[in-house]
Amino acid sequence: MTAIAAHLPPTRWWHSRAVYRFMRHHLALVGIAMITLLVLACTIGPYALPYDSLHIDLRARFAPPLSGHHYFGTDPLGRDLAARLLMAGRVSLLVGFSAMLLSTLIGTLVGVTAGYRGGWIGAALMRVVDGFLSYPSIFLVLALAATLRPSPVMITVIIAVTSWMETARIVEAEVRSLREREFVQAARMVGLSRRHIMFREILPNAMGPIIVAASLAVARAILLEAYISFLGYGIQPPLPSWGNMLNGAQQYLASAPWLAIIPGAAITIAVTSFNFIGDGLRDALDVRNDHF
Amino acid sequence: MSGFLLNRLSQSIVLLVIVSIIGFTVLNLMPGGPLAQFGLDPGMTQKDVERLAAQLGLNRPLWLQYLDWAWRLIQGDWGHSFRDGSSVLAVIGRHLLATLLLMGTSTALAIAVGTWIGIRGATHRYSLFDYCATICAMVALSVPTFWFGLIGIYIFTLKLGWVPAGNMYTIGDGSVMDYLHHLILPSLVLSLVHVAIWSRYMRTATLDALSQDFVKTARAKGVSERRILLKHVVGNALLPMITLAGMQLPSILTGALVTETVFTWPGMGRLFLDSLGYSDYPVVMGLLIFSAVLVVLGNLIADIVIAIVDPRIRLA
Repeated sequence: MTAIAAHLPPTRWWHSRAVYRFMRHHLALVGIAMITLLVLACTIGPYALPYDSLHIDLRARFAPPLSGHHYFGTDPLGRDLAARLLMAGRVSLLVGFSAMLLSTLIGTLVGVTAGYRGGWIGAALMRVVDGFLSYPSIFLVLALAATLRPSPVMITVIIAVTSWMETARIVEAEVRSLREREFVQAARMVGLSRRHIMFREILPNAMGPIIVAASLAVARAILLEAYISFLGYGIQPPLPSWGNMLNGAQQYLASAPWLAIIPGAAITIAVTSFNFIGDGLRDALDVRNDHF
Repeated sequence: MSGFLLNRLSQSIVLLVIVSIIGFTVLNLMPGGPLAQFGLDPGMTQKDVERLAAQLGLNRPLWLQYLDWAWRLIQGDWGHSFRDGSSVLAVIGRHLLATLLLMGTSTALAIAVGTWIGIRGATHRYSLFDYCATICAMVALSVPTFWFGLIGIYIFTLKLGWVPAGNMYTIGDGSVMDYLHHLILPSLVLSLVHVAIWSRYMRTATLDALSQDFVKTARAKGVSERRILLKHVVGNALLPMITLAGMQLPSILTGALVTETVFTWPGMGRLFLDSLGYSDYPVVMGLLIFSAVLVVLGNLIADIVIAIVDPRIRLA
C-alpha cells in the first residue's frame, strides 16, 4: 500500500481537473489579470503618482485628462483624478470584498442550518430568506444607510446584511442533497456531534457552489456600494469611493465629462472582472450544467 | 387548479407577514424611533416626548406595537407625510403611474430584444454572434445603471441633441409624442441589464426546447426549421420566462430608482430619495413596504399565469 503510494505523483490542488478547466476559460483568466492589475495599481499607484488624492489646487480646476502630470485630469477642486481614483479603488474594493466575506458567512450559516436541520426550523429560515429577497435591495440598503451612521464599516455591514440570501439558498439546496449521503450517515452512526457533521463533514463538500456565489457576490457588493455612494448615502467625502466620485459628476457632464466617464469605467472593469471569474469558476467547479 | 391557487395564495400571505416584520424592524432601527423629529424641537421637553410616546402607545411591548401597525397597514392607514400631511398611500399613488410607465416600457423592450438575441444565440450556437452576445451580456450586467445613463445623456443629449436630458414632459406641451420623446432614453438605459439577463436565460431555454423529442419528431416529419422554431420551440422556451419576469421585479425596481434619479423622472424612486433627504420617514417606510408588496404580488401573478398556460405546473 505504502509502496504504491510512494510511486504515485503527489496530488496537489493545482493538479486538479477544476484548476485545469478554469485555466482554459479565457474570460476568467482575463478577469484574474484585470483584477490583479487593479489591485496592484490601487496599492502601489498612489505612491508613484506626483499628487496626493486630497491635495487641493484651485488654479488647476477642471484640467482635462493628459494635461501635465494630471493623467486623468482634475476635479472641481483641482484634485488629481488619477490619485483619487486609485485611493477610491482601495475603498471600493475593500468594501466589496469585506461585504462578500460577511454575506457569505451569514448565508452559509443560515443555509447549512436550514438545509441540515430541515423541518420547521429549515422552512422558517428559508421563508425569512424569501422575505428579504422580496425587498428591492437598493430600497432596503438606502433606508438603512440613511438612518444608521454611514461609516465604511457600517456600509459594509449594511450591504452584507441585505445580500446574503442568494448564498443561503444555494447552500441550503446543496446541504439538503448531501444530508442523506452515506458518509453523513456514517458520521452520524459513529456518534459525531451535529455541529461537527454540519461544518466538518458536509460543508467542505459544498464549497464549490459557495466559492462561485462568493465571486459573484463581490461584483454585486461593489455595484451596490457604487449605487448608494452615487446617491449620497454611502461612503462620505473626503474619503473617495468610485461611487461618490460620480456623485457630483452629472452637473459637470457638459464641461468636464471625464469626471463621469473615468470612475464609471473603473467600476465597470472591476465588476466585469469578478463576473468573468465567477463564470469561469462555475464552469470549472461544474456547479450547474446550464451554460448561459 | 383551486387547490394550487389556495396553496400559492397562503404562501404569499405568509411571505407578506415576514416582509412586514422585516419592515417593522427597519422602522425601529431608525435613530430615536418614530419621535426623532421632536427630540430636536426646543419647545418640547423630555417629559413632553414621553407623554406623546405614551399617548401614541410607543411604550407598549414591541409585538403589540407591531400588531397595531400591521392592522393599520391592512386597513390602508399608512400614516401621513411629514412634508405636507397628505396620506402616504395618496403620495405613492401620485408617483406610481410614472414608475409603472417607465418599468413597463423598458420591460417590453428588454423582452423583445432579449428574446430575439437569445433565440438567435441558441440557433446559431458558438457562432460569432453567440460569442459576442455572451460577452456583451456579461459586460452589460456589470455596468452601473446610473453610469450608463450619464453616458447616454452625454452622447444623445449633449453631443447629438436628439432627446431631452430628463423629466417626463415639457411644461406647456404634454402631448403623447412629447411623453414618448422623454421616455426613450430612460427606458433604454433601464432595459440594458434586463436585455442581458433575458437573452441569457432565453438562450438556455431555447437550447433546452430544441433538444426535446418533439423537435426531433417534427424534423423527421420534414417540417421546415422555421416552422419548428416558431410553432414548437419558442412557445416552450417562453414558458419559464414568465417566472423569470416575476423574479426580475426587485431588480427592475432597483434600476428604476437609479434611472429616475439620473433622469429626474417623477416616479417612486425619486420620491423615495427625496423623502430620505427630508427625513420623511412615513413615506420612506411606506415605499419600502409598498415595493416589497409589489414584488410579492408580481410573483404571485406570474405563478398564476404560468399555471394557467402550463397545466403541468398545477398538477405537480
